[in-house]
Amino acid sequence: MSAPLTAQPAMSRRSFIAASLASGAAITFEAQIALAAGPGIPEAAVLNAFIRIAADNTVIIGAKNPEIGQGIKTMLPMLLADELDVAWEQVQIEQTDANDKIYGPQVAGGSNATPVNWLPARQAGAAARAMLVGAAAAQWGVDAASLKTSAGRVIDSAGGRSATYASLAKAAAAQPAPELAKVALKKPDQFHIIGTPRKGVDTPKIVRGEPLFGIDTRLPGLLHAAIVKCPLIGGTLASHDDAAVKASPGVMAVVPISSGQCAAGKQDAVAIVGTSWWAVQKLREKLVVQWDTAAQQGFSTELYAKKAAEALGKAAEATLFKAGDADAALSRAAKVITADYSYPFLAHATLEPQNCTALWHAGGTLEFWAPSQNPAAGRKDVAAMMGIAPDAITIHMTRIGGGFGRRLMNDYMVMAAQAAKALPGRPVKLLFDRTDDLRNDYYRPAGWHRFTAGLDAAGALVAFKDHFVTFGAGGKPLRAADMPASEFPASVVPDTHLTQSFLTTNLTTGWLRAPTSNAMAFVYQGFMDEVAEAAGTDLPALMLRTLGAPRDLPTERPTVVFSTARARAVIERVVALAGWTGQPSAVPGKGRGFGFYFSHRGYFAEVVDVTVADGVVKVDKVWIAGDIGSQIINPLNAEHQAQGAAIDGLAQALVWQPVVQKAGAVQTVTFSDFPLLRMDAKPAEIAISWVKSDYPPTGLGEPTLPPVIPAVANAIRAATGKRLRALPLQLS
Amino acid sequence: MSVVLTVNRRKRTVEADADKPLLWVLREDLDMPGTKFGCGAGLCGACTVLLDGQAVRSCQTPIAEAAGKQITTIEGVTALPIGKKVVDAWIKIDVPQCGYCQAGQIMSATALLTATPKPSADDILGGMNGNICRCATYVRIEQAIREAAGLETKA
Repeated sequence: MSAPLTAQPAMSRRSFIAASLASGAAITFEAQIALAAGPGIPEAAVLNAFIRIAADNTVIIGAKNPEIGQGIKTMLPMLLADELDVAWEQVQIEQTDANDKIYGPQVAGGSNATPVNWLPARQAGAAARAMLVGAAAAQWGVDAASLKTSAGRVIDSAGGRSATYASLAKAAAAQPAPELAKVALKKPDQFHIIGTPRKGVDTPKIVRGEPLFGIDTRLPGLLHAAIVKCPLIGGTLASHDDAAVKASPGVMAVVPISSGQCAAGKQDAVAIVGTSWWAVQKLREKLVVQWDTAAQQGFSTELYAKKAAEALGKAAEATLFKAGDADAALSRAAKVITADYSYPFLAHATLEPQNCTALWHAGGTLEFWAPSQNPAAGRKDVAAMMGIAPDAITIHMTRIGGGFGRRLMNDYMVMAAQAAKALPGRPVKLLFDRTDDLRNDYYRPAGWHRFTAGLDAAGALVAFKDHFVTFGAGGKPLRAADMPASEFPASVVPDTHLTQSFLTTNLTTGWLRAPTSNAMAFVYQGFMDEVAEAAGTDLPALMLRTLGAPRDLPTERPTVVFSTARARAVIERVVALAGWTGQPSAVPGKGRGFGFYFSHRGYFAEVVDVTVADGVVKVDKVWIAGDIGSQIINPLNAEHQAQGAAIDGLAQALVWQPVVQKAGAVQTVTFSDFPLLRMDAKPAEIAISWVKSDYPPTGLGEPTLPPVIPAVANAIRAATGKRLRALPLQLS
Repeated sequence: MSVVLTVNRRKRTVEADADKPLLWVLREDLDMPGTKFGCGAGLCGACTVLLDGQAVRSCQTPIAEAAGKQITTIEGVTALPIGKKVVDAWIKIDVPQCGYCQAGQIMSATALLTATPKPSADDILGGMNGNICRCATYVRIEQAIREAAGLETKA
């Protein structure tokens, strides 16, 4: 069911709400809200929200963002429903189609949905409520201010009467529409849905095994496609012989296609399309393919490590950030600390393998059922690849079996489109097997850092250098291979020099949950723990000292500042919560570590207790203090996101999962080669404490993850005396 | 070959190759997509179903091996009293994040509690460690199993 929106998809920057009487519903409210450009909103955009009230007073709310398990399909409607003043039990939620011209940004990425939608979604709900109240006031001849609302009814206490929203629909549609920016919003103590624990709206369907995910798409005449893709990313199809495949029963087409990962105009995969995925994937061994991989064969994990070591030994290629004179300050320093840190390529390994269903209509239009975190980007990629207009593409959003950033890239849409074009009128579901998935990721790039820090005689951090070796082309980092120039403590140390050098790779890179931050938190907070040790203090104390007085520091994003006051508050909270003393444990093999990180506008300080026995690290407990603003919108989900992200971080720290590449091809292609964290590695306990601050609420999909990684490394140091400077952390 | 299966107490006849895994027979031939494809190698547990009450990886179970046996999938698990308790607990604790692995988790939990009604922490690990949750909902999976077993749950 898609939303029957009639709003003009014009990019008008005007905010308004319109009510209409629609067939099948008592009333439909459509709000169009102008959004200022900002993080996650590349250009000024409008957001349309819709609310339909049925004759039985059921309230249908459109959920516009991709649901990857972050709980957005529940959370955004909570904002509307609270201000509309309906009972959550009367709300039904409908996933909208993907259409950024109507709905504004529809991205599951950057933990952006909360800051982007917090005000607009509430304004839409409040404006609809104001029109219903206005209608009741006119009908009853009373002042609107004397009326209250509750559970989808307007109540006149003085007159001893009430009316359902549905019964007021006709009159409400004739009410003047309030100005969205000026409509009165609830005070936080008036919220009855926001701030209360609400279960995932799809939970009952998930536990019944209902078809919700992209891979479950069922359509009349559905065909299935398996792919044979060049095992070396970037390699292209030289020749192929598909005679044996085509002669097999159930095969409808064999189609050379491009994933978009190879040079434009080239093909790097062959899709076998037929009536059963099980059957077509088996036929892959009968396809004879020659690949052109000369340009890719030289790349390997080993080569990257060798080249990185060489680069670290030479002067850096470029300066990222410079303040004062770091070398001069180091020469004056009372103590100089230096260390090298590194981390590997990582795959996303969403449990639902990449897939997409596409239908090429006779008129040259395309229809998708896509599990994409960024369907607007997919529309653009498909339009470019197929040479059709973006408007000729319709995208239905499915529930998504894990995103973690993998599905911000839309190679599966581009590939499904080409397979579908070969069979017009028949929907084609293209599905990767696990090896396809692990071998054709947009990997979190590896990186190497050489740090140098200088302390003065009083133990203050006065000089700081980082030579970052990353992957790039033309003097620019590849996607997700960058580092912020404002990385703490570079932003506060007077004499600082951040530099970069670039390696090349054939692997495609991309954003992995808390991108950049998941790597930077480890190397920076791991090294800062060493600096603290050299200064004769501990990391929380060094952090508080280095953060200094409460103030706002600029970041790369003009609309985001780093508040040292908020950072201090979460550090102080977690130290109190965990009873941090900075003293070593009296029990051999036990250790405690700390990590702080600011990412995606969230401030997180975490403490980890580990026990190390026989070379095995067991995480006993994780304490988390987080500040994501004034309001935890759905505490049930917030706790769950924080737990999940912290455990996800532990997987990066402790589960042996680097992506290994030899002779150009990724070798880690099963869950044996690239293991995921299982229940046995779950910490025995995770304690979470929210620090409420006077800032608008921000997102929670990501910022809990980064600091747990250095906290574990630092805990292992405390437990064993060993300083582990490479991920995954390995004791022997 | 023609195979007669009993799926969720209903007899179903399918035409399929003897080596076609039960997972793909369920998903493609019987139109029951609740059982999920995760790795195709028996390593993640997303495809777990019950075969005569035992949790098995349906991606590793050729259809010929399932013939004549009682197959229970997520679509029919609540017909089992323990399966009903598990599903109710999953809803009460709100276990899923993305939800993709949860059918397999529920089937493994049902097998676990059928064999061991009051599992220890080690029993829970033993029954559930084969099921990966990429969102790491493990804290709530454990809570829900304890809830379904009538054991004390941590706040």
